[in-house]
Amino acid sequence: MKHLSGLLVFLMLISGHTLSAKTISVCASCSVKSIKSGIEIADAFDTLLIKKGTYKEFNILINKPLTLLGDKFPVIDGEDQGEIIRIASDNVTIDGLFIINVGTSYTSDYAAIRVVKSENFLIQNVVLEKLFFGIYLEKSNNGRVYHNKIIGDAVDEYNSGNGIQLWYSKNVEVDRNIVQGVRDGIYLEFSDNITINNNISTNNLRYGLHFMFSNDDIYTNNTFENNGAGVAVMFSKRIKMVGNTFKKNWGAAAFGMLLKEINDAEIYGNTFEENTIGINIEGSNRIQYKNNNFIKNGWAIKVLGACYTNTFSKNNFLYNSFDISYNSKLNDNVFDQNYWSNYTGYDLDKNGIGDVPYRPVKLFSYIVNRTPETIVLLRSLFMDIIDFSEKVSPVFTPDNLLDANPLMKRTI
Amino acid sequence: MLKILKYSFYDLMRSRWSYVYFLFYLALGFVLLFLNNDVSKAVITLMNVIIVLVPLIGTIFGVMYYYDSKEFTELLLAQPLKRSSIFLGQYLGVACSLTLSLVLGLGIPFLLYGLFKSDVIFDFSLLLVTGAFLTLIFTAIAFNIAISNENKIKGFGYAVLAWLFLAVIYDGLFLMSLIIFEEYPLDSFSLAATMLNPIDLSRTLILLKLDISALLGYTGAVFKQFFGTNQGLIIAILMLILWTVLPVWRLVYKSKKKDF
Repeated sequence: MKHLSGLLVFLMLISGHTLSAKTISVCASCSVKSIKSGIEIADAFDTLLIKKGTYKEFNILINKPLTLLGDKFPVIDGEDQGEIIRIASDNVTIDGLFIINVGTSYTSDYAAIRVVKSENFLIQNVVLEKLFFGIYLEKSNNGRVYHNKIIGDAVDEYNSGNGIQLWYSKNVEVDRNIVQGVRDGIYLEFSDNITINNNISTNNLRYGLHFMFSNDDIYTNNTFENNGAGVAVMFSKRIKMVGNTFKKNWGAAAFGMLLKEINDAEIYGNTFEENTIGINIEGSNRIQYKNNNFIKNGWAIKVLGACYTNTFSKNNFLYNSFDISYNSKLNDNVFDQNYWSNYTGYDLDKNGIGDVPYRPVKLFSYIVNRTPETIVLLRSLFMDIIDFSEKVSPVFTPDNLLDANPLMKRTI
Repeated sequence: MLKILKYSFYDLMRSRWSYVYFLFYLALGFVLLFLNNDVSKAVITLMNVIIVLVPLIGTIFGVMYYYDSKEFTELLLAQPLKRSSIFLGQYLGVACSLTLSLVLGLGIPFLLYGLFKSDVIFDFSLLLVTGAFLTLIFTAIAFNIAISNENKIKGFGYAVLAWLFLAVIYDGLFLMSLIIFEEYPLDSFSLAATMLNPIDLSRTLILLKLDISALLGYTGAVFKQFFGTNQGLIIAILMLILWTVLPVWRLVYKSKKKDF
């Protein structure tokens, strides 16, 4: 539907305005030498063709529907003065620019490209380097951020910005972007119906992707690797997370994914690999976990209280140091038909389902929660012995926390 | 010394125990790989075997060999030979043949199952190195116990007790002390306590490869430095070498003093 409306706008652009629309070239030897003066003389629905070269400009305000088209990636150098491009009009397209040196400020969020209260924008093939905030969407709806590359060099959280930030924006599509080295790769606040697909968010200081108070969003097939704290999904409802990869988020407060106050989400077919904690869950209810792979994590899933009616089914838990960790004796979540690589039971009737239930919470994970230093005793014979005795008769761990139908072979 | 080493080595080869040991590991390797069909899972299971069984076999074998070849030792002592070379030769003969059985027995099945194509080759070689170290350490400990006890039953008892202590009881005491003193900063203590037990040490060495993501979950700065960098690996290997050298040194020292 969104594609269609975009196409319609495009068709209207071509058919309705061909007579009036013209192309203005901007280059060092052209009659128009700066982007600002180009915007000044342009009429609505014109195209500014920016030729290769370096343009030392900032505070460029686009206040009419224009297309800024870069030819062979012209450089716009903000010289650390402040914001570079501000879009304050509907139907603006920015394509193929190389923007560097966004100013850093502690009082205002300078961005390479800021979209303010505008509709139907398209930002694509843009490369951003040495930035504070990258692409900042403010109360702007129905747009698309496609195939951009944002490479930051953030060192400290307090003086760095986010790669792509959405604030009070609806129906935006964020697709095929590469974000690295900023504070939060992609940040959503009060933004509903957002689609985030095929992005690669790596090496960011804080989160690869960060949701706050944003509902009905979908993110699929993204890769989040080696971010300071992984991905955080907080205070949001009805989020769909499908087919993403969360990798190598290591550290004391690092998670593949952090769920906090999330309700009615669907988490399908994701891969969590080599994270300290695969999913850290706090106060999240009615979530469906299905067909996910948890591979070689420290803790595949860590549940920290007040999580009710969650269902974990058909997941693969492979070679995690701890499969599940609980900090309470209460359990209202269902584990059913998962594959656990630590399962030691048998299948006499050969129906593919183990005959003995599997208890994913070990006594040792309970001890480590209490005294973290005991982690050095991981995989020792003594621990195996007490884990075994706890398995036989659970005392410390919730006794109804079990997978009654553990699978014998991993699901795909 | 080399001649005695060679003699002990061939003696063990002839006595078939080395073969039994070798075949045991060979079978274990094949069965593990056959049942798991996955090299990385087999490595985890193997770790459990190595840190429990290798010390036990090293201990029992060492004590047995010492008592068994006691008459031969006394014969050698009557010859103009250095005492240190007699005992070191015997020790190295036992330790080398055990190590060889372990490395070959486990190496062959894994090689046949395409270890070189899988990315766990480093974990696996680390496993074999720690296994070899554990053999050297526990054989030396066994020789020490045997040389200090004339009584066979007592010697066996102490040897088994030493194994039991280091493999199980030590960790129990360790855990208890961690829980009792949980109010205090414990990361330096727990790392030090790990260093003082060769079995814990080898376990940590393997954990550094297998469970690094879990280990980095803990906040302590000392932990982070130890586990997060190569420093941990280097220190652990140095400690293992120290653990090998110390009992061997005591063996030499004791053998010089002992009145036969």
